[in-house]
Amino acid sequence: MNEPFVKKIDWLILPLIGIAFVLAIWAVSSSTWAKELPSPLKTWQTSKPYILEPFAKRGEMDQGILRFTWYSLTLVAKGYTLALLIGTPIGFLLGLSKGFSKTFDPIIQVLRPVSPLAWLPLGLVLFLSFGKQASELGALFTIAICAMWPTVLNTAVGVRAVPQDYLNVARVLKLSRGKTLFKVLVPATLPYMFAGFRLSLGIAWLVIVAAEMLTGRPGVGGFLWQEYNALIYEHIILCIITIGVVGFILDRAMSLAERRFKMA
Amino acid sequence: MSFLALKNVTKAYGSAKGAVPILEDINLEVERGEFVAIVGYSGAGKTTLISLIAGLIQPDTGTITLNDLEITAPGPDRGIVFQNYSLLPWLNAFENVLLAVTQAFPNWSTAKKEQHTQKYLELVNLGAAKDKRPGELSGGMRQRVSLARALAMDPQILLLDEPLSALDALTRATLQDEISRIRQETNKTVVLITNDPDEGIYLADRIIPLTSGPRATLGPSFEIPIARPRDRKTINHDLRFRRVRRDVAEFLLQSRSTQHTSVTKKLVLPDIEPEDLSLPRTPGRRRIPIRRSEIKRETIEVE
Repeated sequence: MNEPFVKKIDWLILPLIGIAFVLAIWAVSSSTWAKELPSPLKTWQTSKPYILEPFAKRGEMDQGILRFTWYSLTLVAKGYTLALLIGTPIGFLLGLSKGFSKTFDPIIQVLRPVSPLAWLPLGLVLFLSFGKQASELGALFTIAICAMWPTVLNTAVGVRAVPQDYLNVARVLKLSRGKTLFKVLVPATLPYMFAGFRLSLGIAWLVIVAAEMLTGRPGVGGFLWQEYNALIYEHIILCIITIGVVGFILDRAMSLAERRFKMA
Repeated sequence: MSFLALKNVTKAYGSAKGAVPILEDINLEVERGEFVAIVGYSGAGKTTLISLIAGLIQPDTGTITLNDLEITAPGPDRGIVFQNYSLLPWLNAFENVLLAVTQAFPNWSTAKKEQHTQKYLELVNLGAAKDKRPGELSGGMRQRVSLARALAMDPQILLLDEPLSALDALTRATLQDEISRIRQETNKTVVLITNDPDEGIYLADRIIPLTSGPRATLGPSFEIPIARPRDRKTINHDLRFRRVRRDVAEFLLQSRSTQHTSVTKKLVLPDIEPEDLSLPRTPGRRRIPIRRSEIKRETIEVE
């Protein structure tokens, strides 16, 4: 066997076998014990208009799948940016100051494991006075507060792990506090920060679906919930696949960005 | 008063109760333009000593003065080359040096800073590799960048903390010659910390042994009356070189032997009876160690 063919097996054929395997289980299940589960073929036929016209807009809750994805992504982008803007400075403070760390670490450890489903009602209540915008602000609040913890904790660990050598250099060169932060601490922490950013993005994408389901906003999650209520189960599967693929692409994009910041 | 003076300096690590004294009664005087080497065992406190002079740590007692000014914090008047390079890996060689230049000469124009940086990279023969990051440079090249960074700040004194001990022998020899040459060109005051007496004697005007820790202190200073430039090939046969080397080695060995502490410990002998292995093994009986404590009866045949 020649070399390129072996490589092709690795990245193309084996994954395709995996997909075929899952499709087979799905097809068998839908025709035997789970009668309500639509078969792969039926799913494709029913989803076709949403996939082939991905940007169509036929109504508030009847749009092409990529259009829904786009709505979800914009909301995630806002919430995620908010999470990074809040999370990174908190991470630096935790890493730099023992007092700050002792004061806030316990409360962070308590808030961290709270599910997005628990935060969302609080978010909606918080922004109740904003009227129509309440659901968007509530969703943003939920994304930000759920997604920021990996960034906070990774940044804190990264700051604590900055080698003493680099700090000695900063002291010998008499770098000012600001210069020490931006010329030494931030670059030295960057790999850790990016690991946190990547985890945060994954969580943000998880949260958006839950937030849309509960608020009924147009988006992949909102569409999923609506189609469940409308008993069109094929579209639930379409949404699940879309969510998975988009999450995978986001993670890959982040890992590429992360690699660029990895230093020797 | 000397250019650099350490007076009765002591330093201990740890809490007040369980403090481990590292350095005790350190007295050192270095004149302007002098090259002094301090040689000692690994772990004797050499790095602690240079960190004190650098101002990275404060002495518990005693004073350290440079140019009659007490040292309380690190500053660009003392250029330091650390053993582990300590270059910032996200900056290339040029930027690493430029950062130091910018800190030392904030009022210069950008062009002047860059020109200055270039000059020092060329001084250490690294003009061609200035765009490389530390990860792409060999150990010897990294230490050259580190040296350029220290020199470019135009410090009053250059502190070298085992700069060559992480390098292979051939690179080390090359860099020793470089340090010797650069020192001749710049006429800087240098304090070199090393664990290699030959390196110290080859490079320095004076070599001072540091006794082994804890409670390490400086021994007598040995002058090295060999004219510069020194020749690596012939210096090994130079009688003065050999005499200094012998004296330093003798002092260090002696300091270690007097450091030996005696501990009295109860000796417990093994609980096993000696056995004659030359005897043939009796079939059916496994040979197991006979424990002395298990022997309850002894038969003595009397004729």
